[in-house]
Amino acid sequence: MGEFKVHRVRFFDYMPSAIRTMAFNSQTERLAVARADGAVEIFNFNDNFFQEKVIPGQDGRATEALCWVGHRLFSAGLNGEITEYDLENLRPQYTVDAYGGPIWTISSNSQGTQLAVGCEDGTVKIFAILEERIQFQRNLNRHKGRIISLCWHPSSAQIAAGMTDMIKIFDAETGHATRRLLVDRAMGASKNKEVVVWSVGYLSDHTIISGDSAGKVQIWNGLTGTLVRTYLVTKWDVLVLSVSKDESSVIAGTSEGTVIQFQFISSTVDQHDKEWVRTRTFRNHSHDVSALAHTDTAVVSGGMDTQLVVRPLLDKVEKNTQESALRKIAFPHRSLVGCAKKAGLLLFQFPDRLELWKLGESEGHVCLMYPYFVCRFLQGEDHICCSALSACGGWLAYSTVSSVRLYRIQYNNTISINKVGTLARACSRQPVHLLCASDDGKWLATANTDCEIHIYNLHKMKLHCMVPVYNSCPTTIAIHPVTNNLISVHADQQIFEFSLVQKEYTQWSRRLQAQGLLSLWLERDTPITHITFNPKNPDHIILHDTYMFCIIDQSLPFPELNAVLWNQMTLKSLPVSQRIGQSHAFKICKSFQHLMCVSLLEDLSLVVVERPLLDIMSQLPAPVRQKKFAT
Amino acid sequence: MAALYEGYTLCGLVPDQNLSSSGIQGIEEERDRDHVVVTDSTRSVTLYKVSDQKPLGSWTVKQGQKLTCPAVFNSQTNEYVAVTDNKVIRIWKEDDILLDKAFKATVSSDVWKVHCTHGGEPVVLFQRGAVRLLDSLLAAPQQPIEEVLAQEEAIRWSTIIVAETQQFIIITTEQKGEHFLYLQRLNPNSVQRYRLEREEPGLSPLSFSATYRDKHICLLYLYPNGHVYQSVLSVRGLGTEEGVQALPLPRSLLLGLPVGDGQLEAASAMALDEAHVAVVGVPHPSAGGGKDFLCIWNTNFQTLQAGKEMAGKIYGQLWSYSNKVFIPHGKTLSIIPFECPKSSLASALGKLKHTKTEESKTPNSVPSWNNILHGEKAQPSKSAETRRTVSWISVFANCEFVIVHTLTAPVEEIQKEVEGFLTRAEFQDLQPSVGQLALTLVSRSLADPAFYSSSTLAQLVHTRCLCHSVCPDLVLLALEKKDYFLCQLCLQFFPDIPEAVTCACLKAFISPTSSVVNDRQTRAEDVKKKASAPSQLSCPVGLHKAVLINEILQTPYSDTFLLPHLKDLSSQHVMLFLQYLQFLYLKYSQDAFPQMEGFRSPSLSQIMDWVCLLLDAHFTVLVMTPEAKGLLLNLHRFVKSQVRLVSELGKIEGSLQELRKMKAKESIGQYSIEIIELF
Repeated sequence: MGEFKVHRVRFFDYMPSAIRTMAFNSQTERLAVARADGAVEIFNFNDNFFQEKVIPGQDGRATEALCWVGHRLFSAGLNGEITEYDLENLRPQYTVDAYGGPIWTISSNSQGTQLAVGCEDGTVKIFAILEERIQFQRNLNRHKGRIISLCWHPSSAQIAAGMTDMIKIFDAETGHATRRLLVDRAMGASKNKEVVVWSVGYLSDHTIISGDSAGKVQIWNGLTGTLVRTYLVTKWDVLVLSVSKDESSVIAGTSEGTVIQFQFISSTVDQHDKEWVRTRTFRNHSHDVSALAHTDTAVVSGGMDTQLVVRPLLDKVEKNTQESALRKIAFPHRSLVGCAKKAGLLLFQFPDRLELWKLGESEGHVCLMYPYFVCRFLQGEDHICCSALSACGGWLAYSTVSSVRLYRIQYNNTISINKVGTLARACSRQPVHLLCASDDGKWLATANTDCEIHIYNLHKMKLHCMVPVYNSCPTTIAIHPVTNNLISVHADQQIFEFSLVQKEYTQWSRRLQAQGLLSLWLERDTPITHITFNPKNPDHIILHDTYMFCIIDQSLPFPELNAVLWNQMTLKSLPVSQRIGQSHAFKICKSFQHLMCVSLLEDLSLVVVERPLLDIMSQLPAPVRQKKFAT
Repeated sequence: MAALYEGYTLCGLVPDQNLSSSGIQGIEEERDRDHVVVTDSTRSVTLYKVSDQKPLGSWTVKQGQKLTCPAVFNSQTNEYVAVTDNKVIRIWKEDDILLDKAFKATVSSDVWKVHCTHGGEPVVLFQRGAVRLLDSLLAAPQQPIEEVLAQEEAIRWSTIIVAETQQFIIITTEQKGEHFLYLQRLNPNSVQRYRLEREEPGLSPLSFSATYRDKHICLLYLYPNGHVYQSVLSVRGLGTEEGVQALPLPRSLLLGLPVGDGQLEAASAMALDEAHVAVVGVPHPSAGGGKDFLCIWNTNFQTLQAGKEMAGKIYGQLWSYSNKVFIPHGKTLSIIPFECPKSSLASALGKLKHTKTEESKTPNSVPSWNNILHGEKAQPSKSAETRRTVSWISVFANCEFVIVHTLTAPVEEIQKEVEGFLTRAEFQDLQPSVGQLALTLVSRSLADPAFYSSSTLAQLVHTRCLCHSVCPDLVLLALEKKDYFLCQLCLQFFPDIPEAVTCACLKAFISPTSSVVNDRQTRAEDVKKKASAPSQLSCPVGLHKAVLINEILQTPYSDTFLLPHLKDLSSQHVMLFLQYLQFLYLKYSQDAFPQMEGFRSPSLSQIMDWVCLLLDAHFTVLVMTPEAKGLLLNLHRFVKSQVRLVSELGKIEGSLQELRKMKAKESIGQYSIEIIELF
């Protein structure tokens, strides 16, 4: 295939935001994750954990709690407002001020009729969930001290509320506190420090489980108000608890980055009286675990270190399958980098700004000109949804929740930027998450989260056709500049090629489907987020995920099912004459890791934008001090 | 290491009056590994189940008839085939009771043997060398049989071998004192004749054994002078034309077995696997002249692996099926299970020698006695390089002469002779002759208590051509004569000292009654000043003892074999030894200990290994001994500190690995331009 000059770019200092809280909807298998910058992301657990929706954040919106009610998603934050999201248009639908100061927690009853929020002023406010909005119903009896955590009893008759130094059980009907459970403070020097009950769980047998700032997980009998069992699990805080749907398992996340599982089992075999026993410890985080979800088969955790970790419970899944593999989702499942192929410009998208960089020039390994910073576009209060740069580098577009902006950039030694105009945002029924136009400007392809791909003819300004719906969401689409074929890659790693002219899958695509992709390809756990083409050789398709980039040569045969997928080393060792027999369509390079973007410029040099996870880690605040050897 | 296990008796024998033959003609494997057919030399065939040691069936021919070939089992038809009175082939099944009623056919020529492989068709070999498949022969029993062998040629031995799918009959013949070998291929038939190389005149091979491995037939044969030769025959390039021309058969000397006085008479060698040979009727090298031994030799390392004395006369017959040796001796037929694990040098020698080189810089507390005494003297092995070239024959003749001389001459003369011999001989030719010399010297010393030539033996040991299995009595003799210098040399140079002997040495060295300090005391005196380091820590044993014990600590051993012998030590000895080991350990643990180079000294791990072994062997006794309490507590402290050290090392292992990983990564800046190549 030959040599490539590679621009190895590491100056995109993208910093993902910390995960603040999460909520799992077991009916739709969707996980909502709220980040510290206010963004909310929806992951589809049925479709390879694909991040199908992102609702951009906003300055000053600090989401503290998330709550699913059926298909509706509510959040509450320290700005004192309750927000319902429009999951079709990917923006907040409305906000309601609770008038109780900052809101710490939000919880709905099991029927999905009422929403309880815990406020800074010590009130628990009940809102009725109506068809289109929510309406304040009443306050429960007010107490001194803020309400940190809330949990409804499954019967909806009681609410447990975690406060400082105590847990209170309210009768949801009367609003009176029926029980007061006093939580011990930590021993020793911190005896004077009040203990915060960060999280409570209320089980149907009236067992209350609490996690607090003294590092305890406590099991209470809610009927008698007595303490059953105390587990001291950390020297620091137990920040979050999550109860499994069948109430047989509880997980607790701590400031040390560990997740500890408790199970309701009989402590000895053949014994019927079960009790809560500490069973497993997972250590997948370096910082606070502030968000947890207990799905049927896995522990999902996130926290300060910005990564979402899906840790399958090995007793619930089949061992040694893809299902049992640990998943870490570190990067968004969409491209944050735009590349002007002709001009050699890179556009980096941050939540609150865009940066435009000019690539360097070189003669072989020798750098003649270093890359330089061109300009920055600062966005206001609303965060940026998406951005794009034209191939010539002359046009730049980006959008927020409320607007789309288009800029014309002129490079006559002095750069002038003109804001061309703001277009009204056209509303469609389903959120389109991918958009691509052909190079000749005739075709436009859109993909939405219902897995549909539509092709529009821009000359006639009407729908041309629809690609047959595949059951996995497309993670990226692209239209080939020469053949006008649409390449789509899906969350389950399948690749399709669709001829726009003939309105059918191409021969190549059919052959690929008939032969099947190698399991090594299918087992990769990060989605393909970008496709680009070789302007000199129409057979080459370049695509990448976080850990590799791959050049697919359509003229070469597919690898046999028992062949080695990563065969670059083998090919390297072979003499040139034998390489042809050994090589196959997938040319995979793993030299560059944690890729944000791979693109091929006009002059056939590759641009590789890396964001090493280690660099992200090094920018995180210091974790809580842990005693390690020789420290 | 190969081993012979406890045997058991399959059946009794009725040997000849003059005990010249065992009364057994042959043993053949029957339907499976657990059944054998034993044919006696007169009239009866018996089927045995080996694991039960009991006969399952027996068939006898009529009085006056005689079985002339061992019965074989045809597993295709589940029939037995035997020949009576040379010409009558008899075939019967297991449930036939009377042989006379069974099928018989008379052929036109005398039969030598019927051969049959498991799953193959029986093959009839006639005395004149012709070969027929049994079925085709029985189709026309009176068919004419051609003569393959020459006029005065007679078959001595034959066997059948399956190579891949092809069956081969191997026949050895004798004609006027010359020996030939026929390799007869069946289906299609072809034959190749080979001529065996002549051994000394008048010697004909005592036994043959053939095995098939790696696409070649290996033929092993033993001569009465104790030489075991191996010839390799290719089964591929078998000549197509009838082998009138006898090709010379190349051979290689595999083993030179000790024959003692006279020549072997009834002996047999049989290949067990590629590295092991079972030998019967050859004297055990360390048990005098008796020949009633079954031995397993390793041909790769020329070492004796296992030996067993067989009661009663050995007839030189030997069979082996499925890891069992069948051996008739005295009035019984015994079965001896054996085991030949894959041989390695380490297992042949007991344990791998420590990889430490002589020049290693481990601290040592006690200088080597060897260095003290012979530091100035040129090492004999060095002078070996400058020896004149002498032809092998002259060396051999020389050696013979010296050996004869050693039988009678006084000590000084022998010393001169040996010295001269050693300087004349080529180094690589030394191995056999040095062994012979040492053997004669040792046996003379054993026989004559007044005779002992320490310096000559020391010289021989110094050549490094000797090892314990060549001259097994040497170390014990040296011990008996209190020649501790020779002991030290042996411990140092012999790679294969058995653990029992090591232990005997240890016992002798450590026992307080034995005065280690012998006539060389005066010469060792001056080094005491050099090695003043041990005295500061109050070494529990004297300098000389320490030197010797250090040598013991460095000998290779296997702990499983050593442990039972260690148990023989008395508790006082154990205490003393442990104290000394503790002293060594402390010495080594001191950081400021001066590093001495060029001395042989035990390593810390060797010391710890010995401490562990000793404690394993004597722990209960030591716990009951009040004097040992402090010692045990000390040792416990060592262990604790070692455990702590290891655990601390384990803790920092992760960090260290990280460090290494970090080094490997070259620093990549914020931006670089690289060239990659995709294929």
